[in-house]
Amino acid sequence: MDVPVIELAGVKKSFGPVDVLKGIDFKAYAGKVTALVGDNGAGKSTLIKGLSGVQPYDEGVVRFDGEPVHLHSPRQAGNLGIEVVYQDLALCDNLDIVQNMFLGREELEQGTLNEAGMELEAQKALQSLSVRTVKSVRQKVSSLSGGQRQTVAIARSVLRNAKLVILDEPTAALGVAQTEQVLRLVRKLADQGVAVIIISHNLADVFKVCDEIAVLYLGHMVVQLKTSETNHADVVGYITGTKSLDGNE
Amino acid sequence: MSNVKISTGHEGNAREQISAYLQRVKAGEMGVLPAMAALLVLAIIFTIFSPTLFLSNINIANLFVQAAELTMLAVAMVFVILLAEIDLSAGVTGGVAMAVFFLLYHAHWNWVLALVIAIAIGAAIGAIIGFFVAKIGVPSFVVTLGLFLGFQGLQLVLLGDGGIFQVDIPEITAIMNSNLTGVQGWIMLAVMFVVSAAISLYDRARRSKHGLPNRPISLLIAKLAAIVLIGGIFVSILNQNRSQGVIAIQGVPIVIPITLGILFLGTFMLDRTKFGRHLYAVGGNPEAARRAGIKVAKIRILAFVLCSSLSVISGLFHVSRLGAVEATAGRQIVLSGVAAAVVGGVSLFGGRGRLIHATIGAMVITIIANGLGLLGWDAGSNFLVTGGVLILAATVDALSRKRSSSVRI
Repeated sequence: MDVPVIELAGVKKSFGPVDVLKGIDFKAYAGKVTALVGDNGAGKSTLIKGLSGVQPYDEGVVRFDGEPVHLHSPRQAGNLGIEVVYQDLALCDNLDIVQNMFLGREELEQGTLNEAGMELEAQKALQSLSVRTVKSVRQKVSSLSGGQRQTVAIARSVLRNAKLVILDEPTAALGVAQTEQVLRLVRKLADQGVAVIIISHNLADVFKVCDEIAVLYLGHMVVQLKTSETNHADVVGYITGTKSLDGNE
Repeated sequence: MSNVKISTGHEGNAREQISAYLQRVKAGEMGVLPAMAALLVLAIIFTIFSPTLFLSNINIANLFVQAAELTMLAVAMVFVILLAEIDLSAGVTGGVAMAVFFLLYHAHWNWVLALVIAIAIGAAIGAIIGFFVAKIGVPSFVVTLGLFLGFQGLQLVLLGDGGIFQVDIPEITAIMNSNLTGVQGWIMLAVMFVVSAAISLYDRARRSKHGLPNRPISLLIAKLAAIVLIGGIFVSILNQNRSQGVIAIQGVPIVIPITLGILFLGTFMLDRTKFGRHLYAVGGNPEAARRAGIKVAKIRILAFVLCSSLSVISGLFHVSRLGAVEATAGRQIVLSGVAAAVVGGVSLFGGRGRLIHATIGAMVITIIANGLGLLGWDAGSNFLVTGGVLILAATVDALSRKRSSSVRI
């Protein structure tokens, strides 16, 4: 098997007396969509915040492309090629699509913003994801629908040549057609060789698009298995703690 | 890969461009239009009721000069209002800095050096406000309200009670009281035209280089023609003798090119530099800006530094107009500065607005005072009308926000 893009071994994190992550092992591979599921309070958010560098882990080893790394800040995670698309999307409504996609990484030409160059690259990134729903790259984000916003947020990670994209509840607020559209986008992203991690409560979506499913239960990684080798009922069992790999149900 | 081309907003002929623009306006992106409309309506009303006075050469020149202080203060305020912050101390900051300027000048310092120090004091005050707001987290309303009260005291301490002190520096009084020669006025317009054309052509060249479509050149020609036409009308009016006495008064007031220059630099910075882009981003969604790696605190502090520094320029205009410093400078004007920005279409919620908006807003407020004064209305009605216009403008802003957030294309 190839080297995973990201590999966690024995990762721990506690807040005061509360152990949130109790020794997590986890892998995500290039070109694969890995679901991270678990009930509220299982530790999904804490795990992601560690990967994005927002809240560093207390203990454990993180390997990126096989190399041990320490993730201390969002900037550092970004430099490695880790992008997080948050649930609330972190887009500026008052700016247009190009401006949002290049936010914080604007390109300059002769000291001023290279609008034309950025516009072209934004256009290319959206087209590489076969986006059809966006009319103009100079539309203000305030005029976009939920699905279109998600599209912009995901396209931003393409633009940054991300190796690992983490999507936090990408379909939570979307309608049926828009969910479909975003899931297609996720697949397209993975097909470009990006390792994608999706956090989701929606198992139907998970089974539709993910290659692997990792289940967290109260700070433990219960199981990480291939989607093709499991089923809906089993995953629900792992999530709710009525089932574990030892076989006792 | 798909071959579906996503547009850039620059495609289509002139008619399609104009209809796309109208569509954006309908969707709530009205920008400066409401304030422009208000300006036009007010001008028409005052022309009807007071034709000989309002459109007289001297009154048109007066309007520009009267608006200069307020314009500069409103422009200063835009930088912090874009961040959904406020600077209630902007007026008195200018007052304090000019008080120091006077004391230094009085102690026989070179006036240029004294002015540089005054502006530096403004910048330092801005940095202090920014520090309290961005690093400690005190609401800007409270910090600047505190300074608004404190600096009124500081002005009294610096200048003494009830003092008005003459400033007899010809270069300073010239700003508001002297004019360019006729030829210089036309040169000013020519410079505006050339700069505007050069920037537009450079942008077009840059887009072509990347293989991107450009808007029809006819739109650019129309824009430049408008500059020549409107600018030409004003320059020729201002170049006529407006004196009722023996000595001729004519030419573009010196304050106009100074204000235009600052407006140009500020707009250039907001539209074309990283700092400007980040300022809008922090104003629109600070959390998104932070996650994008923007140093939000630094942007906030810089915005307050710019605001306070430009407030000193506004204070300088005030001193120039009076030919004196006074211990009460900047108390009244500050709220008009906020009002001007809001009337012009700068959103108090942050992230939306341009310097030209504040300029137009300041013109609206000035024209109300000027026009009502000519009609012989008292100061009370002036305040009432200005207040009404402000509330109207804020309502338009709120409604357009509602609209733009509910319209999904």
